[in-house]
Amino acid sequence: MDTRSILIVGVGGQGTLLASRILGSLFVDLGYDVKISEVHGMAQRGGSVVTHVRYGTKVFSPLVEPGTADILLAFEKMEALRWIHFLKEQGRAIINSQEIEPMSMIMGAYEYPKDLEDRIRNVCPGAVFFDALAVAKELGNIKVANTVLIGVLARFLNVEPLMWEKAIKTAVPPKTIEVNLKAFHRGYNSELS
Amino acid sequence: MKRLMLGNEAIARGAYEAGVRVATAYPGTPSTEITEFAAKYDEIYAEWSPNEKVALEVAIGASFAGARAMVAMKHVGLNVAADPLFTVSYTGVNAGLVIIVADDPGMHSSQNEQDSRYYARASQVPMLEPADSQEALDFVKLAFELSEEYDTPVLIRLTTRIAHSQSIVTLGERMDIKLKDYKKLPDKNVMMPAMARKRHVEVERRMKALADAANDLWINRIEMGDTSIGIIASGIVYQYAKEALPNASFLKLGMVNPLPRRLIESFASKVRKLYVIEELEPVLEEQIKSWGIPVIGKEIFPVQGELSANMIVEKIAGRAPDVRPAQDLPPRPPVMCPGCPHRGIYYVMKKLRFHATGDIGCYTLGALPPLEAIDTCVCMGASVGMAHGMEKARGRDFSRRLVAVIGDSTFIHSGITGLIDIVYNQGTSTVVILDNYTTGMTGHQDHPGTGRTIKGEAITPLNLVNLIKAIGIEHVRVVDPFDLEEVEKVLKEETQREEPSVVIAQRPCALLSKEMKAPLSIDRDTCRLCGVCLRLGCPAIEKKSDGMHINQALCNGCGLCIKVCKFGAIRRAGE
Repeated sequence: MDTRSILIVGVGGQGTLLASRILGSLFVDLGYDVKISEVHGMAQRGGSVVTHVRYGTKVFSPLVEPGTADILLAFEKMEALRWIHFLKEQGRAIINSQEIEPMSMIMGAYEYPKDLEDRIRNVCPGAVFFDALAVAKELGNIKVANTVLIGVLARFLNVEPLMWEKAIKTAVPPKTIEVNLKAFHRGYNSELS
Repeated sequence: MKRLMLGNEAIARGAYEAGVRVATAYPGTPSTEITEFAAKYDEIYAEWSPNEKVALEVAIGASFAGARAMVAMKHVGLNVAADPLFTVSYTGVNAGLVIIVADDPGMHSSQNEQDSRYYARASQVPMLEPADSQEALDFVKLAFELSEEYDTPVLIRLTTRIAHSQSIVTLGERMDIKLKDYKKLPDKNVMMPAMARKRHVEVERRMKALADAANDLWINRIEMGDTSIGIIASGIVYQYAKEALPNASFLKLGMVNPLPRRLIESFASKVRKLYVIEELEPVLEEQIKSWGIPVIGKEIFPVQGELSANMIVEKIAGRAPDVRPAQDLPPRPPVMCPGCPHRGIYYVMKKLRFHATGDIGCYTLGALPPLEAIDTCVCMGASVGMAHGMEKARGRDFSRRLVAVIGDSTFIHSGITGLIDIVYNQGTSTVVILDNYTTGMTGHQDHPGTGRTIKGEAITPLNLVNLIKAIGIEHVRVVDPFDLEEVEKVLKEETQREEPSVVIAQRPCALLSKEMKAPLSIDRDTCRLCGVCLRLGCPAIEKKSDGMHINQALCNGCGLCIKVCKFGAIRRAGE
């Protein structure tokens, strides 16, 4: 199989690393060669962060190049637009509708763009927006928003839910398995706009 | 057994399998996880050393004493450890000694992008460079063999994309490596001029032998494909180039110092056009060119930043990949976290219009707007010496509005020597130690002041106040950085003194603090939109068209903004 690429983007601290680890565990179980590139250190402190996930028969580079991602999984709306050019022509964007203002906006140098959804749809007409934070709040743990999004992503990959559950159990802290599985199924079974 | 592993974890696994008994380090992105993972093995003694020089010296001692030893650091850490490196190259080893150095092309989390391969050349030490996690594991094991066979320390160079990428590895068993005998060998282990002169001859002989052996070493391999394009590459760049031009011919170098000249000459003779692709400096290129081999390198590739598969396609095949332009958006640089204890000190420093020499850590982010509280960032520990230098250059009046700002771990790393200098040479600087009980930026590692070792054992923590008093500073004040009035009073008093002083601002890192208070909110009717709360630079406080908001998903209820609001508009839920 040709190498496929998933780009996970968000703001440092949102849990993009855990999402990539769930995907990594899944693709290894499915027998693929897998490479994941992460960001640690300074950028994790509230900066724009990106994690690259690639899988296939044989993967060389761990990095997704612009114009080559099959899926963009965005944890924050403005970050979705920042990285949208990494998607290939027919690529799919799955976007958490959460908004986090960078410091430049907090200081009043910029406004948070109001037309983000339109700008995203201009580039990627099939983009899916989903309020994962609201679901996570309902589940009583805002940290599982990332697993809710993984659930939404899972609808677009042809993989048995049982395999996903196994990957989630491997990747999340043992005490949080139950709430993470719930979060996954809420994303997996949700109505999409 | 196969597992997905971070490059850094694979390095630790390689050390475990190679029978390593001692692993040391000072944390530094992108190398930190190596020693965290090594510490998980009961068979390995692991430690956080106070700095990289000590870490290497501990490893050298272990090697001389007969145990396989590994030390890990980031590229700039090797500057600190360079002194022992250059001489352990002369002494050689007893049991194997491997030094892992993680470079950061593109400076994801560093103050420069120096190329550690120059250190390998300058210190006459062999260097290996893995291209994925499996190689990271395998190369560590090979490095220990080479170290013992050629009586030399061995460097392994990682870059961020190897250290922080996961790929699949096959695990092996731990080798049963016995402790070697310890012998007193003054000719080899005491580097005084008479002995060192003889050892230098040995170093040259060893490097010649290694250069010869490199031609047949399995980690240097030719992969013949289309002979119109030949590519010499190592590490992550090999992966980028394979991705870009899978059909080209490759010479993949696993050893980047010394180079296998015969192998390179043979490869060059088989291809029509030869490229050497390397991130950062033209280290391979200059050597290959010096042998009269025509090769294309830095004429078309940059010396700064990371390379990429798209860039290689564009530069070599001349095809620009069809990519949509990036969108024009406001940038999102990293910021200090909500609840960060440093914010209190910086807010007061800004208010007092102080100048400040800064240092390396999360608190370096205080240089950015809106706090803009520090003026400089050079290297670990530099804030202290630089403040002294500023006072000596501009005089006492200038230094009355100047402080040095340094973190607890950084102070122990190399701030203490600067402070001794201030006392010795009659400076009057005020040094502010931001003590958040951890090494924050690298992901919360313990250090001598935290009361715990890397293995989690409880120890008596280093007492900073006693330490500072012992070097001759009488005025050491401990403050809570969130007690803004006290901070202001103490900073004013201490900077006016005609002698040196230290202010220790103690409060745990917000990410470590177990105490998670309810988020705050702003009462719109009471808020006068004065904007003082925005000056804290807290990412949770937002100004929207309809007024100020506190982002409930980000706020951790630290309450600093309540203290700066003059109108009492910020409240805790239920109050």
